[in-house]
Amino acid sequence: MKALSQKRRHPMAAIALLLMGLLVTGGLYAVATTVNQAKADTTSVSASDVEEGGKLFAANCATCHGMGASGSQAGPSLVGVGAAAVDFQVGTGRMPMQMNGPQAYQKPAQFNEEQTRKLAAYVASLGPGPAIPEENLVDGKGDASAGGELFRVNCAMCHNAAAAGGALTRGKFAPALAGVSGEHIYEAMVTGPQNMPVFNDSNISPEGKRDIISFLKTIEANGSPGGADLGALGPVSEGLFVWIAGLGVIIAFTIWLTSRTS
Amino acid sequence: MGNHSDGSPNHSGTVATAGQSEVAKFQDPGIPPHRLRLADTDPRAAKRAERQVALLFGSSVVGTVIFLVAYFAIDLGADSTIGTVRLQNALLGLGTAFAMLGIGTGIVHWAKALMPDHEVSEERHAIRTEEDRQAAVRIVDDIVEETGIKRRPLIRNTLLGAVALAPLPALAIFGDLGPRPDDKLAHTMWAPQDGKLKRLARDPDGTPIKAADVTIGSAFHVIPEGLNEMHEGKLDEKAKSVVLLMRLNPEELNPSPERADWAYNGIVAYSKICTHVGCPVALYEQQTHHLLCPCHQSTFDLTQQCKVIFGPASRPLPQLPIAVDSEGYLVATSDFHEPVGPSYWEREEHVRNNNA
Repeated sequence: MKALSQKRRHPMAAIALLLMGLLVTGGLYAVATTVNQAKADTTSVSASDVEEGGKLFAANCATCHGMGASGSQAGPSLVGVGAAAVDFQVGTGRMPMQMNGPQAYQKPAQFNEEQTRKLAAYVASLGPGPAIPEENLVDGKGDASAGGELFRVNCAMCHNAAAAGGALTRGKFAPALAGVSGEHIYEAMVTGPQNMPVFNDSNISPEGKRDIISFLKTIEANGSPGGADLGALGPVSEGLFVWIAGLGVIIAFTIWLTSRTS
Repeated sequence: MGNHSDGSPNHSGTVATAGQSEVAKFQDPGIPPHRLRLADTDPRAAKRAERQVALLFGSSVVGTVIFLVAYFAIDLGADSTIGTVRLQNALLGLGTAFAMLGIGTGIVHWAKALMPDHEVSEERHAIRTEEDRQAAVRIVDDIVEETGIKRRPLIRNTLLGAVALAPLPALAIFGDLGPRPDDKLAHTMWAPQDGKLKRLARDPDGTPIKAADVTIGSAFHVIPEGLNEMHEGKLDEKAKSVVLLMRLNPEELNPSPERADWAYNGIVAYSKICTHVGCPVALYEQQTHHLLCPCHQSTFDLTQQCKVIFGPASRPLPQLPIAVDSEGYLVATSDFHEPVGPSYWEREEHVRNNNA
């Protein structure tokens, strides 16, 4: 320690201190930014996949997203969105977008799995981003009860407590989640497509996401314990049913009560 | 006037005279002729109606049996599934419906098809006679006279006093219905405790959140650190202190000068309780930066300090001032600067006290 204190006035001391500070800051920053990228690019992709994906991209996506996916007036840059975003948007048919509007609609996928995989490989090669989740995270065999709690806190306000979807502002909506594959649900959570917020791995852990998917698959498989759920939309559809069917039955009985028998 | 196109004779334009208004007295048309039912004339139709009534009563018996079988025979033990519950629910409902409707419709059909249906007219009673009215007045007068309330003012005054005071115990009891909330609505758990700033924690597991965890576009549902460890009044505190945490590009936020240090690198925290009637506002659109309340569609713009841009809410959502502590965790630098949630009677007073 004595030697160190004697050298503190050395001309190189300031530079050494600066270097040490930079190293610590850089190291901390690297740790902090690996939140989402820890498992990026684990699936093996060959150079030819990236190359063919680039060709597909130039032919189908570059009009809006720009050459090299750098973005244009019509579409955002895709550098750093990761393979998960491409697999979700292209795999559910939302991209290529049918027309401009408040929200991209789900429609039959325009590319087959092989093409989607190559497109994803190309976009993932542009910058690190969330990767396509591994099989065991989307198998729906997690803790459905824990998933239900996470779903009610984080998702139910937009997607409805029964995952039947719901309206947002100015023509946008949160879609119903029945029939959506576990992989796509996972990818939507990590990438935050369109107006959905991002739920990164430090917000909801990968196990938590697996639990949420398990919950959704459980309620989808078991149906509504109370009988017909009328779309699970709450007071709107239930009220309409009571007003039309319930009052209709009462009116029919009233007419029968007061009519003469032949 | 006087220009009838139907050819009726033109009289003077004056209103009808007294002689013209006297029409012939309204004739009572009487009861329409009695029409016999099929069951009244044809014994076979009567027999058929009888069988129909019996069938309806029989369906009620079947319904009751279905209910009892569903209740006792379907086992909701440990190895039952949601399917078993649904089956039992359906059978209980159907059984009850048949049991009730069978009796009801049976009785109505019996009355309509088989019981006598002669029309009977009942004369209206006279409504009131002058003698009855006089008799009632006499009774009241007698009562007043016999009690002697006019002659004995002492009795009258003490009675009035007693009646006036009698409700007071009730007032005392109602006053004890609960402690007044006082200024509980004006404060939340976010206030620093013993000089220690409260960390922001995830709902529901209560783990603290680092600033680096909140990537752009993220939305975190936040509770104060230590809420999960509470044993009493936990839900009351949660209802006031839930917060939505979001990160935008810092350029997109337009903070007013006095709120310049309330955000951290584009991370902002706002109360989740709608200022309209207190629903949780948590529908966050990460591209438009709108927050939508699902109850009455109040919409708040995050880029304008949660100003109301649509809907019935009248105030912006209160913002929670946040910073980062030495370990990188997000902390609330103070409580909300105004009471969260909808308006209440003493709110203005509490706002003044909070700012004082």
